[in-house]
Amino acid sequence: MKAFQYTRATTQQSAIDAIAKPGTKIIAGGTNLIDLMKRGVIAPDKLVDINQLPLNSISVNKLGHLHIGALALNSAVAEANLVKDLQPLLAMALNAGASPQLRNMATVGGNMMQRTRCAYFYDTTMPCNKREPGSGCGAIGGYSRMHAIFGASDKCIAVHPSDMCVALAALDATVTVSGRKGQRLIPFTEFHRLPGEHPEMDNTLAPGELITGISIPHNNFAKNSYYLKIRDRQSYAFALTSVAAALEISNGTIKQARLAMGGVAHKPWRLFDAEKALVGKPATEESFKQVAEIAMQGAKAYEYNKFKLKLAPATLVEALKHAAGLV
Amino acid sequence: MTNDTMTKGMSRIDGRLKVTGAARYSAEFTPAGMVYAVLVGSTITKGTIRSIDTKAAEKAPGVLAVITHINSPKIAGYQVEPGKQEPAKGTYKLFYNNKILFNGQPIAVVIANTFERAQYAASLVKAQYNAETYQTKLADNTAKAFAPEGDGKKTRGIADAWKTAPVKLEQEYIIPSESHSPMELHAIIAKWDAPDKLTVWTKTQGVQDTQDGIANIFKLPKANIQVNSKFVGGAFGSALQVWPHEVAAILAAQVVKRPVKLVLGRADMFTSVGYRPNTWQKIGIGATTDGKLVGITHEAAGQTSTYEDFNEDPVGVSRSTYACPNVNTVYKISPLDIGSPTWMRGPGEATGAFALESALDELAYALNIDPIELRIINNAETDPDSGKPFSSKYLKEAYKLGADSIGWSDRKAKPASLSKNGWLVGYGMGVGMFGAYRDKASAKAIMMANGTLIIQTAVSDIGPGTGTAMVTIASDIMGIPADRIRFDMGDSSLPQAPSQGGSSTTATVGSAVYQACTDLKESFQKLIGNGGTDKPDYVEVLKKNDLPKLEVTAAVSGGPEMEKYAMYSWSVHFIKVLVHPATGVVKVDKAVCVADSGHIVSPKTARSQIVGGAIGGIGMALMEEVIIDHRYGRLVNNSFADYHLPVNADIPQIEALFVNKPDPYLNPMGAKGMGEIALIGMAAAVANAVFNATGKRIRELPITPDKLVGMEDLLES
Repeated sequence: MKAFQYTRATTQQSAIDAIAKPGTKIIAGGTNLIDLMKRGVIAPDKLVDINQLPLNSISVNKLGHLHIGALALNSAVAEANLVKDLQPLLAMALNAGASPQLRNMATVGGNMMQRTRCAYFYDTTMPCNKREPGSGCGAIGGYSRMHAIFGASDKCIAVHPSDMCVALAALDATVTVSGRKGQRLIPFTEFHRLPGEHPEMDNTLAPGELITGISIPHNNFAKNSYYLKIRDRQSYAFALTSVAAALEISNGTIKQARLAMGGVAHKPWRLFDAEKALVGKPATEESFKQVAEIAMQGAKAYEYNKFKLKLAPATLVEALKHAAGLV
Repeated sequence: MTNDTMTKGMSRIDGRLKVTGAARYSAEFTPAGMVYAVLVGSTITKGTIRSIDTKAAEKAPGVLAVITHINSPKIAGYQVEPGKQEPAKGTYKLFYNNKILFNGQPIAVVIANTFERAQYAASLVKAQYNAETYQTKLADNTAKAFAPEGDGKKTRGIADAWKTAPVKLEQEYIIPSESHSPMELHAIIAKWDAPDKLTVWTKTQGVQDTQDGIANIFKLPKANIQVNSKFVGGAFGSALQVWPHEVAAILAAQVVKRPVKLVLGRADMFTSVGYRPNTWQKIGIGATTDGKLVGITHEAAGQTSTYEDFNEDPVGVSRSTYACPNVNTVYKISPLDIGSPTWMRGPGEATGAFALESALDELAYALNIDPIELRIINNAETDPDSGKPFSSKYLKEAYKLGADSIGWSDRKAKPASLSKNGWLVGYGMGVGMFGAYRDKASAKAIMMANGTLIIQTAVSDIGPGTGTAMVTIASDIMGIPADRIRFDMGDSSLPQAPSQGGSSTTATVGSAVYQACTDLKESFQKLIGNGGTDKPDYVEVLKKNDLPKLEVTAAVSGGPEMEKYAMYSWSVHFIKVLVHPATGVVKVDKAVCVADSGHIVSPKTARSQIVGGAIGGIGMALMEEVIIDHRYGRLVNNSFADYHLPVNADIPQIEALFVNKPDPYLNPMGAKGMGEIALIGMAAAVANAVFNATGKRIRELPITPDKLVGMEDLLES
């Protein structure tokens, strides 16, 4: 690993000032950043530790909106009664991610900023447009088992690895960021981006901006939410496919639905069309199978991930069955 | 043995040291002046190094030296004797020439005054290569496979007789390469005490074999090499030879004239210390309609490197597991441009048993005979391969114990007919066998004036609890409590002991400890006179005779009984799985492992060993797979995040049951081995349970959800 400077930011402003300089990275939990540095994928000149900033609160306002600070630990959020009561889908998704040790270190903001786990991104001897724009994509024509079936480009077929973000995308969360120009809000579904021509950019955060927190608006999904993650082992494995499903059901009829998939795209894959199709339908397996077909429209597989074309709709149906209390 | 020891078993003598961090592993010693080495691996798969630029690395802060094939001191043992030809094959020679034989091969070692500086400088070493075309995929290269020396074709009775049977089938089975992935990284500290005198602390399964290996490579007198390896954090066969990284550290220490520490990174562990080889197998099997086996044909082709022939005879299980009049086996190895494979827990048998025990299961369904019943019908009363009687075999008892415990009577003969809460339920079983051996070993037993008994032997303990078993044996013979016994091991200067491997330590080293203690007790009885007493007061006798201590060294070796009897340990694994029909997720709901390992010397650690092996087998069945991108010849899952080993959440309650009947011939304790059989047969048991649950036969491991997804119709029908 290249030698680097390390400082602690004591105020939000000093952190923002520090990251304005190129070659500077923010470190919070460091659960991904340190791996990337060890493997030589990134080599920052300077790390700014923001763990002392007061950004770890979890609170609810009078409208019932849940606010979570960017530095709240994944484990603390998953265990918070406010979260479990108001947005159990988020708690479930968090608990499906990583391992207990990692969740105890990882923060909400860091979770959003984690990079793909694509093997070609991590091995600096392999081509990767995300790591080194213009070098090519190793995964296309390579070992593509963990890769995207939605929204990929001929530059990159990597997926975003987070579970938490899948739930936040489904729950219409908003990201609060601060930069030198002040504060702005980014809808969660617009925070991460598709690879397109620029897979080196994971998200829409502007240079020098700091994530300070996320907000989830009040909803009526708490009773009928489920996060289902299919993986090769039961802990510490990234999703083959995952689904965040949230339903509002009245007398057996679906009034509102929120659906997002993980392990299938460069960003948490919100399923707007499938959600719309669910509204007004009875909460039955039959309805869920119908919308699974809608959800899969436009899916495209590569050599080693064809199974996802079957697994993704199966995961969706199963998650909806759980959310609706049919399992 | 006292009742108390037998019913409860002794706790691990080193358990407290291990869980408190007081146990010092090979990387945890700090000889004065120690510096750090990091290897640089090749980024091509085959070819030659055209040039290698080490200037930037040499100038980096703290760097003491960079060694490559260009400036490496000549290693005496690598040199070809005058007038002799360079052998076509042999152990990989570090920095010997500019040839690249596999991706990740060490091309340089960087030594610096801190680990971080060595690691950074290693990233600055840049090689230019002349790349050549290569082959890393077994499936494309089975045609060029050849029979390894001593193996190849073997026929008993009539070849391919299975084809004449009324009920028959032929299927192919594939296992991917698997990585040992022990928790402890391979590590060595090398310290030259004089120009011809060396001390190493290294991860090894055998300090004296490592001593031999280093002596051969560096052409040093064996007595000048001290090898220490007191604690080993798992090895599973990966520490049975001197590896290139060990040579690199010894060489580095010679060059910089300071002690050098080299710890492999996790990624390097996948290419530097061997693996279980990717193996293709085909079995043809046939039986009469009442289940009597007519014939088995078992073919296998495994991968090896271009520079070494690795031979593990996976087809041997088909010759000895069941009574079958006609068996022919063909084994070949295919040289690929990859590093050499090596022994991994249950080497050969674990691979072969996946094929054989899957095929037996397939045959049981074809015959409509219960899989246990089919095995009992074909139970071998004498070793079908050698014709010799078994020294002991309690496999039928093992079937009964395991079937009762798993609830085999709940199993349905028709696949996919049981379900619970939306999950398909299935039961499967598989048999494991492994030769029981006793080798040469010595042990010294010393009774001190204060009543402390010291037992010394050069054995290693890679995790099974060897020390605990040896203390149990000594305690039993000497009639003194375990806390008065000190067990010294993992030191090459101690009395001779073989490497820990092949499930032979308790039988071998245990016999030496047994003999040394028996002889020591006799010496006391002679001092007492009049035939002595069964419970000598050792302290009193020493005092009376004015002796500071009394010591005896005993040597044992395999006896003539090994010629007379076929000796095997046996296991039966029973598995209950839940399979989610729509998503293809498999959960092991219950595992029962029954071992016929002779008399159980150390019940607590024996249980741990069975549980560990069972977990290894479940990993083999459901998730372990080394994946190479053949376009580059490089691994794409060389981390613990991507190479999946089971975690706690994957593992149910595992029941370890023992027949616990002594083998009358192998050794005085009546013990047989159990390290290998804990794993052998498990992968097939899981695959067979998955078939029982779903009707889907998975013949290529691992059984991941992608291979089962989309069976929701099964539940609805």
